Parts: sequence; structure tokens; C-alpha cells
Amino acid sequence: MQWLPPQASTYAGDIDFMFWVILVITGIAFVVVEAALLVFLIRYRHRPGRRAHYTHGNTTAEVIWTAVPAVTMIALGIWSGRVWAEIKDRDRMPTDAFEVAIEAKQFEWTVTYPGPDGVLGTSDDFAVRNQLHVPVNRPVKIHLTAEDVIHSFFVPEFRIKQDAVPGMTIPVWFEATAMGQFEIGCAELCGLGHYRMRGVVTVHADDDLDLWLSAQTADEEAGT
Amino acid sequence: MTTAAGHGQADAGHHGLSFVRKYIFSTDHKIIGIQFLFMSLFFLLVGGLMAMMIRWQLGYPGQPLPGGGGLPETMAPGGVILPEFYNSLVTMHGTFMVFFAIMPLLVGVYANYLIPLKIGAPDMAFPRINMASFWIAFVAGLIMLAGFFVAGGHAAAGWTSYAPLSARPDLSGVHMGQVLWLVSLIVLGLSSILGALNYITTIINMRAPGMHWFRMPLSIWSLFITAILVLLAMPILSGALIMLLFDQTLGTSFFSPPEGGQPLLWQHLFWFFGHPEVYILILPAMGMVSDIIANGSRKPIFGYHSMVYAIAAIAFLGWLVWGHHMFQSGMNPMLGTTFMISTMVIAVPSAIKTFNWLGTLWRGNIRLHTPMLNALAFVSMFVIGGLSGIFMASTPVDIFIHDTYFIVAHIHYVLFGGSLFAIFAAIYFWYPKMFGRMMSERLGKVHFALTFVFYNLTFFPMHFLGMGGHMRRIYDPSEYEFMQGMQGTNTLISIAAFLLLASQAPFMWNFFWSLWKGAKAPDNPWEDNGLEWTVPSPPPHGNFAKTPTVYHGPYEFASPLVTEDYLPQSRPVPGAGGRAAS
Amino acid sequence: MRSMFTAVLMASMSVACGGGEGGGGGGADDAATAALGTASVSGTVMFSGTPPSNPAIDMSEEQACRDKHPGAPTDPQVVVNAGRLANVFVRVTSGLPAGATFPRPSAPAVIDQDGCLYHPRVVGVMVGQGLEIRNSDPLLHNIKAVPTVNRGFNISQPQAGMSTTRTFTTPEIMVPLECNVHGWMNAFVGVTEHPFFAVSGADGSFSIAGLPAGTYQLEAWHERFGTRTATVTVADGGTAAVEFTYSAN
Repeated sequence: MQWLPPQASTYAGDIDFMFWVILVITGIAFVVVEAALLVFLIRYRHRPGRRAHYTHGNTTAEVIWTAVPAVTMIALGIWSGRVWAEIKDRDRMPTDAFEVAIEAKQFEWTVTYPGPDGVLGTSDDFAVRNQLHVPVNRPVKIHLTAEDVIHSFFVPEFRIKQDAVPGMTIPVWFEATAMGQFEIGCAELCGLGHYRMRGVVTVHADDDLDLWLSAQTADEEAGT
Repeated sequence: MTTAAGHGQADAGHHGLSFVRKYIFSTDHKIIGIQFLFMSLFFLLVGGLMAMMIRWQLGYPGQPLPGGGGLPETMAPGGVILPEFYNSLVTMHGTFMVFFAIMPLLVGVYANYLIPLKIGAPDMAFPRINMASFWIAFVAGLIMLAGFFVAGGHAAAGWTSYAPLSARPDLSGVHMGQVLWLVSLIVLGLSSILGALNYITTIINMRAPGMHWFRMPLSIWSLFITAILVLLAMPILSGALIMLLFDQTLGTSFFSPPEGGQPLLWQHLFWFFGHPEVYILILPAMGMVSDIIANGSRKPIFGYHSMVYAIAAIAFLGWLVWGHHMFQSGMNPMLGTTFMISTMVIAVPSAIKTFNWLGTLWRGNIRLHTPMLNALAFVSMFVIGGLSGIFMASTPVDIFIHDTYFIVAHIHYVLFGGSLFAIFAAIYFWYPKMFGRMMSERLGKVHFALTFVFYNLTFFPMHFLGMGGHMRRIYDPSEYEFMQGMQGTNTLISIAAFLLLASQAPFMWNFFWSLWKGAKAPDNPWEDNGLEWTVPSPPPHGNFAKTPTVYHGPYEFASPLVTEDYLPQSRPVPGAGGRAAS
Repeated sequence: MRSMFTAVLMASMSVACGGGEGGGGGGADDAATAALGTASVSGTVMFSGTPPSNPAIDMSEEQACRDKHPGAPTDPQVVVNAGRLANVFVRVTSGLPAGATFPRPSAPAVIDQDGCLYHPRVVGVMVGQGLEIRNSDPLLHNIKAVPTVNRGFNISQPQAGMSTTRTFTTPEIMVPLECNVHGWMNAFVGVTEHPFFAVSGADGSFSIAGLPAGTYQLEAWHERFGTRTATVTVADGGTAAVEFTYSAN
């Protein structure tokens, strides 16, 4: 049995809190309904000579059990909307982020880094397969796309998931709060190798990331 | 055998009909309903066997499937299920269960069987169209089965067949299988549309005298509104399927971006159909369960009118929530917020229905017969499925649980815990009417208890897998380190799933044994009020010797007007006038 | 019917044609020799200049494959030894007797996935001849054939020891094979209507046997450097020598 994975991004806690709040609310509803069901089954079980109470309903009861769920649900909706906008609103994404581009294709993630000039989309960009290296405690913005079919970029510890769609470039951001390595999964069925479309995020301290980046650039130059 | 309505032509000379016309190419709605029953139970078994193969691979990844050595090399060399076959299994399990088992079980079987009987009509408005609807569905089923036998294997892009994977044979390795999948569903759509037309027309035009709208049983209300959903939703699916078929075969690119297509267009079209489809798969279950719970509680349904309005509200709101399947699809996130609010709102009518079922039990005189047990399982399991839906309705939580086993758990709590328990309830409840024999209560209760236990052992742990981040449609979870600790849970689920299938043995035995050996069924074994219980079991061709007149609502249990605790709708009682809904 | 009879006869006489490293044997086996002639063509593919270096492969995430490579694995796009180029697919393009039917080797050509690379990288099959694809790695490979005229396929082998045999129905130079789990894996299958083809070995040599006497056009194909052609005349029992030359630019 498994609970939620460890949290390793700034908004993982917000999502988990939302999850627990809903679990509590639905848990109460679940217990109330199932308990009432069981109590009624025992209390009002068939006994010879008994007759059910003849009623067609009660308007007050109907109003109450319409209004209570309605208010709860709308409140949950509004709250969820705020957390959602925080994470996915494209106009509110961090601007000072470390930017990379990821192109998903059957069955690998091609991560393009900005190269020495620090700007994506220039000639010194370099690409690495299945390995995303990012800084800790600094927002990371991914320009996510796909070459062939729909894939979905998923890092459980960061609580981030975003489909990668051919023909679209979708911005995704997160800010890692823990160093170390985390797995990238593909969450959208993308073909027979879907289950093996695994990548790795390595979260570095800033200095380490620079070292890694410059080592890659050096390799590139040596290789060509 | 005389009939009241103006379609005597179809019925004329029934007794002289050959076996073929009477039982195979029959225009009798009852025979057609029974044909749908046999067909969809067969497909239910097919879908269930595929689920077992999926569970084998997940429980024991990469080990040869017992008895799987007989499968072709292209599916399971040496019994080891291949990833592409696994994807086909996942796809076809969903497809068969949704389109060829649950949907025809609810709509094909019970709309056909119950509508004329419960509204006091001799048959459907268009008996021949009705017959065509069955045989078209049958052909669709054959086409769907044929996909397993073509080169490249069966469709493998999931039951939702997201493009471009489903549109590009070069990327999926599947061509003919996907084409047959598309053709089969287009054909099935035609069957559904014909059926829906028939149900709507029949309910509007052929209700017996006194069967006012608000004297219709909730089963008929839900089937009526379901038929409207089918009529409006299936053409959208058919249109999308035809576009995808063109992408597959003619080289168009509606859904492939290199040539200007839009992958998200498929998702919008599919879910614009697909979400109403979800309610097509649950509304009739809710309606029949309402009938059975009132019967089992020996008490009028609580809040009949709000039940009807709740069904209508679900049907209406069902058109406004499709985007909640697409929160993470790349659709504008602000659109996601809108769909989240409409999705939150649609939970309300479901809550209303649940509370009204509880209200019906309250101060009842509850008889726990097998249909009632299954109907109660429906309520308690649907609650779990409904509540777990709130998690994914919440957009931020959905970021994490989307496309994980949490979703798989949710859909199975709704479709198995909900729809399938309701279907079992309906089969046990109306079997005596259909076949004139009683099923064994003892075996029925054994079947119920085993199914209830193993069902929960199978599907409840999937919530935990989802919380751990276990993605859907993963052939071998051990490829990911974070999922390796979940193998034990997966194996447990698989064992429970095998036992769940085994638990259906008493049902199958009961079903077939009772056909010949069951006790003869009286006209009204459950002491119910519906019109179908006033005619012999099984009812003769044409149903009613004389068109019945309806005096009461369908749920007059424990009425003070009579000494019995039930009051059939067509039984006149002095002093009962003027109660429209009651 | 006659061709089928011939095929069966030839099959029974033929010697299994292994697809060893380098694939020098191709499909021209002894059976064909007996049927069509005794002439042969043999030669070498030369390479002048400094060959480009092959890209490195980061196999760190597939330890089982990485362990099979003593050094740093590279993608063997250009294999040159002492000025001789391997993995060149050479075939007869014209000069064969009109209307002749060609016996089809009964044994399949073999391509093995080992250490997350294809062995051999270039292989030839005759139309209808089996291509057996094996997996020697304890992990998933998918094999996607991306032909332009033949029917493609996309299948998988999740475990070591699995094997699949596929055939092609139409001549095609070349049918690329790729593995999408390991994007660096590429192989090329030459599909011909006759058995007169060969693939240059590690030493750049190749040989096509069993030809009837005549004058033939030959074509050589390399994945990076394209095609070269040559014309040879050969008599019964004789061996004609031919040389193809590629260069770095």
C-alpha cells in the first residue's frame, strides 16, 4: 500500500493539502452515507407484521441535501481554481526561470539546454536524451512538445503532469526543493514502448549544475 | 392475441411464425431484449477474460500466461504477453465493456424489455427498426471481434483511441485492427441511434391511459433521458470516428499536426460524446435501482420529483463537463477552471439521488432479496465512485492523479460497483418475468457476497496505487523504480481479480440452470406495482390482453388505501384519485 | 507451380546461411550457384581520406547493454578498417537473364539485437525470404520497419531470447529498421528480387557467387555515403574483381 510520494517541489504541498482536504470531506460524506445505509438496513429490516412508513418525501430534506453539497462543491471549485492558476496559468509563470525545451517522442525525452549563452533557440543549444538537469530552489520552465504522438510528462515527486502534444508547445514550470534524482514517467499511452519511456531529473545545487552544463558543452565540442 | 396499438401488422399471425421469425429475426421487444442479454453477457465474459490477462501481466510481469501457449506468436510467444498485445487487451477490455457489455446490457436489454411492459404498450413503436437495431449491434460485435485476427493486431491506442497514435499506423504498428475498431463503432452507433429513436417515440406516444409523465417509474424516466442522450451523443462519436477512419485510410489529417491537424480536436469530439456516454452508462442503472430499492424497502421512493429532476439535470450538465477529461491535455488552463466548476456542480444531482435512496430505506420494511442486495451494493459503491470523482474534478489534484490508477479505480467503482451491480440487480429482479422461472435465491446471495468482497479487494487498492503515482496502461511497472514497491499490491489485486471472475460461476450456473430447472415464476413474485407484473411470466406476444389503465404512481408501497403493502399501478382503488405523483 | 517446385528443391539443397557479424555472406548461397551459374564477382569497398568519427552513445540507463561494451559505445555508422569500408550493400542491378526465376534461400537472414545495437547493421534478404530478428538483451526492444513500398511493421521483444521472423514482398533498397526505445539503434535491410547481393565485411570485402556468365551492373549502397555503380563481365567458372571507392567528402 502506498500513500502520496515525497514532496520535492514548491507546489507539491499545495496539491497534497487539497488532496487531504477532499479526502476529509469525501471521507465524512462516505462515512455518513454508508453508516446511514447500514443503520437503516438493520433498524428497518423486514419483520412480520411491520409496515413501512408511507411518505413520498420531504421538501426541507431535499433543499438541505441539495444546498449542502452544492455549497461545498462550489467552494472546493473556487479554492481548486486558485491553486490551479498558480501552477498552470500561462500568464503567471515565473519569468526568471531556468529554461529548457523537451521534445517527447516514441519512446524518449529529448532535453534541449540553452548552451553557454544561456538562451534557448540559439545555435549553441545542445540536446541530451532522457536526462533533465535542473537547479534546486529556482523555477524551471520547460517548453514541452512532442514529435509524433501524445505523451505526458510526469514527475510524481514534483506533482507535475502535462501532456506533450505534437504541434503544440506547452509551457510547464516547477521549482524543485530537494536535490537528488527523480524519475520522469510517461503518463499517456504512446505505443508499445510506453511503459519504458522513462527519464530522470537530476536536481543540482547551482554550482553543480553549471559544472554539468559546461562538461556537456565541452563534450559536444570534442565530439565534432 | 389482439393488440391495442396500430401496428398489428408486425404481430399478425404470431403463432404461425417459424422458429426463425419468432426467436431469431423477431420483432417482439421481449425477444430482442433477451437477444441483447445473451449477446452482451457474452461480451461481458470476453471483456472479463481480457481483464484477467491484463491482471496476469501486472501481477506476474513477463511470466508466461497459464494456458497462454496457445496464443499466436504475435500476441504471446511462449505465453509471454507482448507489450503490443497488452495494449490491445487494455484497449479492447475497455471497448468491449463500455460499448458491447454495459451499454447494451442497460440500454439494449432493459430499455427494450421494460419500456413497453412498464408503460402498458404492446410493443415498440417501430418493431422492425428494433430488430434491425439488434442485428446491427450483432454485426458490430463480430467486426470488433474480427480485429483480433488481422495482421498488426487489434486496436491498441486505448478505448479512447487518442489521435495521432490511433491515426498513424506507422507509429502504432496497428492498421487493420484500428480500422475494424472504427468501423465496428460506426456500425454500433447506427444501432444505438435506431434504438434510441424507438425508445423515445414509444415512451412519448404509447403510454397506456393514465400513465402520466409523473406516473412513470424512474427506470422508464432514466431510460427515456438516456435515449435522448444516445440520440444526441452517438452521431458526434460517429462523426469523429469517420474523420479518424479517413485519417487512417485516405490520408486526410484531421488529427495529425504535420499536415495541419489537431490532436486535441479528437479529444474534444470524443469527450463531447464521451461524457454523456458516462451518464448513458449510469442513468439507467440509477433508474432500475430506484425501482428495486422502493420494492425492497416496501416504501414509496423518497422524493420522486427530485429524482426525475436530478436525472434531467445530470443529462443536461453532462454536456458541459467534457473538458474535465482534458485538464492536462494542453487545453487552455483557464478553460480547465470553467470545466472544473461545471463538474463540481454535476456532483450535486448525484448526491440528491443518493440521499433520496437513503430516504427510501428510512423507516422502510426492508426485504433483502438478491435484487435488493445488489441494488444496495450499487448505492454504496456508487458513493465511492462518485466521491472519488471529486478528487479528479479538482484541477490541481488532477494534475497528480490524472492517468494514474486512481482514475482506473474511479471508473471501475462507477462502472462495476455502479452499473454492473445494478445490472445484476436487474437481472435477478426481472429474470422471472423474462424467462418464467425463478433464479435460486441461495445461489444469488452466494454470488452477491463473493462478488462484493472480491470486487472491493480488486478495485479499492487501486486508489493506493494511484496515490503512489502508478500510471495507467503500463505493461511492466517494475521498469520504474518508484513503482517497484507496488508489485505486492499489484499481485494482490490480480489474485482478487481472478477470484472475482471465479465468483461469477454461481451466477452463470444459476442463470442457465434456472432457465430449465428454476421454480415456475408467478406473475408478480416480488409483489411489485409495475404493469409488467400484471401479465403472465413470461408475457405473451403483445404483452397485454387488454390495454391497462393506470391509476397510481409506480411506488405505492405501504399505501393506507389497501391492506396489502403494495398497490399495482393498474388496480383501481376508491379514493386514490388526484394524486398525480403518488 | 514450377517456381514453387524449384524453390522447394533448392531449399532442400541449400545450406543454412548465417548472418554473422559483418553479414558478408548475404543471401547468395550454394543453392543459387547450382541453379544459375558458376561465375562470381568479388571485390572490395575502399575508403579514402579520414573517416568521420561515430557519435558516442550514452548507454548509462541500460546497464545490461552498457556492460556488453568494453569501451565507450559508439554508433557504428561508418566502419573503416585500413582504408576499407564495411556495411556496404552491393547488389546486381541488371544483366541477369530475362525471365529467370530465382530460388529463394530457405534459411532466414538473421539480425540480432545485442548490446543495444543491431548485428549486423546491414543485411540483405530476397523477396519472401525470412528475416529473423532476435533479441539477446534482457530488456525491451521494439523493431520498427519503415519501408516506403513494403508494408511496415512495429513489434516488440520485451525479453531476451525472443525472436520473430518477417518477410518483405517487394524489392526495396533499403528498408530502415529502428528501435524507438533506444533511439540510436538503426539497421538497414536490402530487399532484392534475386539472391545476388552481398554486404561488405569488416575488411571491406564482398563476394557474389552463383551468377551465370554475363555482363552485370552492380550497385553499392552505404547509409552515409550513398551509391556507387560498376559494370563487370564474368565468364562461367570465373571470378571478376570489382572495386568501389568512397571518400570522406
